Amino acid sequence: MTAAGTHDGALERLKREGRIVVVGASLAGLRAAETMREKGFAGSLTLIGDEPYEPYDRPPLSKQVLLGNAVADHTALPRRRAIDADWRLGVPATGLDMAARRVKLGNGDEVEYDRLLIATGVRARPWPNPEEGALKGVFVLRTRDDAEGLQRALAAGPRRVLVIGAGFTGSEIASACRERGLDVTVAERGDAPLVGALGGVIGAVAAEMHRENGVDLRTGVMVTSLEGDPSGRVRAAHLSDGSTIEAEVVVVSLGAQRNTEWLAGSGLGAGPRGIACDAGCRAFDIRGIVTDDIYVAGDVARSPHALFGYQFLSLEHWGNAVAQADTAAHNMLSESADRRPHLWVPAFWSSQFGVNIKSVGVPPMGTEILITQGSLAERRFAAAYGYQGRLIAAVTFDNCRWLPFYEQQIEATAPFPPEFSTVDRRPDGAKPLPADFPDPSVPTHGPTITLSGYSPADRKMTFTPGR
Amino acid sequence: MTQALLREIIDYANRANPYPLYEELRKTPVSHDGDGPYVVSTYYEIHSLLHDPRISSDAKNLKATGDDLLGDQSDEEGTTLPPSFLKLDPPDHDRLRRMTNRPFGPPHAPHRVHDMRDELGGLVTGLIDGIVETGQLDRIDLVDQFAYPFPVSVICRLLGIPREDEPRFHVWAETLAASLDPDPDADPTQRGQGSMDARMELGMYLAGLIEERRKNPGDDMLSQLATADGPDGAMTTMEALSTSALLLIAGHETTVNLITNGMLTLLRHPEALERLRNDPDLAVPIVEELLRYEPPVQLLPQRTTLSDIEVAGVTIPKGASVWLMLAAGNRDPKRFENPDRFDPDRKDIQHLGLGSGIHSCFGAPLARQEAQLALSELARRLENPRLLEDPPQYRQNSVLRGPRHLPIACDGIRP
Repeated sequence: MTAAGTHDGALERLKREGRIVVVGASLAGLRAAETMREKGFAGSLTLIGDEPYEPYDRPPLSKQVLLGNAVADHTALPRRRAIDADWRLGVPATGLDMAARRVKLGNGDEVEYDRLLIATGVRARPWPNPEEGALKGVFVLRTRDDAEGLQRALAAGPRRVLVIGAGFTGSEIASACRERGLDVTVAERGDAPLVGALGGVIGAVAAEMHRENGVDLRTGVMVTSLEGDPSGRVRAAHLSDGSTIEAEVVVVSLGAQRNTEWLAGSGLGAGPRGIACDAGCRAFDIRGIVTDDIYVAGDVARSPHALFGYQFLSLEHWGNAVAQADTAAHNMLSESADRRPHLWVPAFWSSQFGVNIKSVGVPPMGTEILITQGSLAERRFAAAYGYQGRLIAAVTFDNCRWLPFYEQQIEATAPFPPEFSTVDRRPDGAKPLPADFPDPSVPTHGPTITLSGYSPADRKMTFTPGR
Repeated sequence: MTQALLREIIDYANRANPYPLYEELRKTPVSHDGDGPYVVSTYYEIHSLLHDPRISSDAKNLKATGDDLLGDQSDEEGTTLPPSFLKLDPPDHDRLRRMTNRPFGPPHAPHRVHDMRDELGGLVTGLIDGIVETGQLDRIDLVDQFAYPFPVSVICRLLGIPREDEPRFHVWAETLAASLDPDPDADPTQRGQGSMDARMELGMYLAGLIEERRKNPGDDMLSQLATADGPDGAMTTMEALSTSALLLIAGHETTVNLITNGMLTLLRHPEALERLRNDPDLAVPIVEELLRYEPPVQLLPQRTTLSDIEVAGVTIPKGASVWLMLAAGNRDPKRFENPDRFDPDRKDIQHLGLGSGIHSCFGAPLARQEAQLALSELARRLENPRLLEDPPQYRQNSVLRGPRHLPIACDGIRP
């Protein structure tokens, strides 16, 4: 039997005349579509996106666009090649029939597929009180429209901006406000900005950056309510410490929610933490069985990573979306033996208060941190995170050219603390410190699976999405 | 074995085509014997060492080995100038490079290089017109008549060196560039003295100029270095001196060689030259491929290990001298398909020609723009250009490698 004879030609048929549907017309969806065409997929390709725009780039939205240096509608992603797709833009996917292999759309249409790629990403977590969230002057920042609206509000010169949440997006917004000369208050529930992503040692540096740049930073507080004036404009926010902040613009920057609701009841392993998939991007159904024809990529995917104890990681990283889309597209068009795992080492960057921040690995896994180069006080350093005697992540502030080295060390499961000397080692880096991440034992919002039935023959699984 | 191979690479007899020797060298990614340096010749190993904080560029970390014939010639010791940021580690390197970058590149001076385009175009036009005026199109020395004067004028204008002083500069710069060559046959004492004198004279000259610019600053880089007052404070006079000396020397030989190696390669690949003539935009990918295929800086001979580090199965001990063979890495078949092929259409071209990491070429944007302009204009204006000698006569230097003369002929020069 020849190699070609070992399968039934289904893959060749798929490549020639199959139907591939991509739900999610952003970075991951577009890059996957390009890869599929590159790999010779000649069948029909449909891209479904709930926004009316062709795929655009998000990193500039919280930086250049807010500063007024770039226009939101000029952030379209460059195309690597023509993809000859049937675009269904401005229409959300509303349901999935796995058995019939059909995606249902918001306008009542149904699209059939032989292979499905889900890249629906995340959306901004809204203000929990919808009425308060609907006040004029209250924003979130995720989409092009969000950025345009917020940019206009900032350009109007509000007396004060309140940013709720000091993660990366919140910090970048605060930075843009200061650069525009606006008074800004940042309210953060944790003890410091960026503390969830980089821990308390680095968070303290971030806090200094905020304060030195004139941000009114309030940590350890929650915004309990937003108050509007009679015309329905936001005018103030009330904080858990009893204080009130008067602000004309409020930006809710409380992280993201994964766009998986449309899959409720479909039987796919989708929930608030994303869609679980194997290392090859094939989605799991709720029984924990891997599907053959449904793949996931980008922010919405949750996949196990060999380097990090096979933890299921969901990463909201630009580079992850590109790499995972590429792997998913490759695997969708490959025999099982030719499939590749998605082993991208997590990496992200941010730019705030004139400082370039970059990270590799998974800092929140780290329990210890060592400043290996430079100094915290100068805000120019490289720091390594350790976990059970291993180097698990690294972060640099204005020092990113060394990062490839740390990435290599992480890939090689190098020991922590590092055993070597480096250029620019300072007293800061004499010994490891506790990395000081917030207590991870807070309640999670994960979904629940319950088993019911009396015998293995009628055992059923019930899936209850998290709140 | 390694020593013998290194000697061959340094040997002038092999200057015209060291690539077969590099191929031999790559068989052992990290090679070493006796007291010689650890020579790293494969792409991935070089690339990772360029980002490795366990590697120092400061010669002070080098453990003296006494009879190291091929080792670094520390020609700067005992002279009046402190080491430039090229030979420093962070944080000193970072501070000086940052301060130097303020008047040169983004974010503070994003337009500087771009805005020089018209001036560069004028220089190129003037030099080619000058060739027409000689009336001798049957023997043009592309180095003396074009590739050398062009970047030298550019760096002098960038720094704000008075034009009448340019000729003095050529002599100093050439002496100092030559001192980078680890030629085992040269008399080290004599050469050391020559380069020391040149550094001294150059330093005195620049000191005078800096003094003058402090009083009457212009918008040239020397004025800006002399009067810098950013978040990093001001440069000391000595720092401004060694930094401007570095810019001047680095701006000399390297771009000359990029342009000359470029024309030589294009004349050996007439189809690429023809395409460039019809499409000046092709200069962008052509220059990138040239930086891979014939890099002006062939190797970096002045790195040192701060710890014992393992590279490709070899432990390089602390304090060892490490040579990074950029030109060998650029032709590593594990990294590039058909690496010995000059291919202007190559898409995957993350070459080592400008280094990488914190010491990556400071002048890269300027060098690229100069080479793109020079090559596309030469392609456009020279009618039926051809090589008169192949290979041409090379410079002695094995580090900054390029032809000393490039005699060509052409049928005419288009307006």
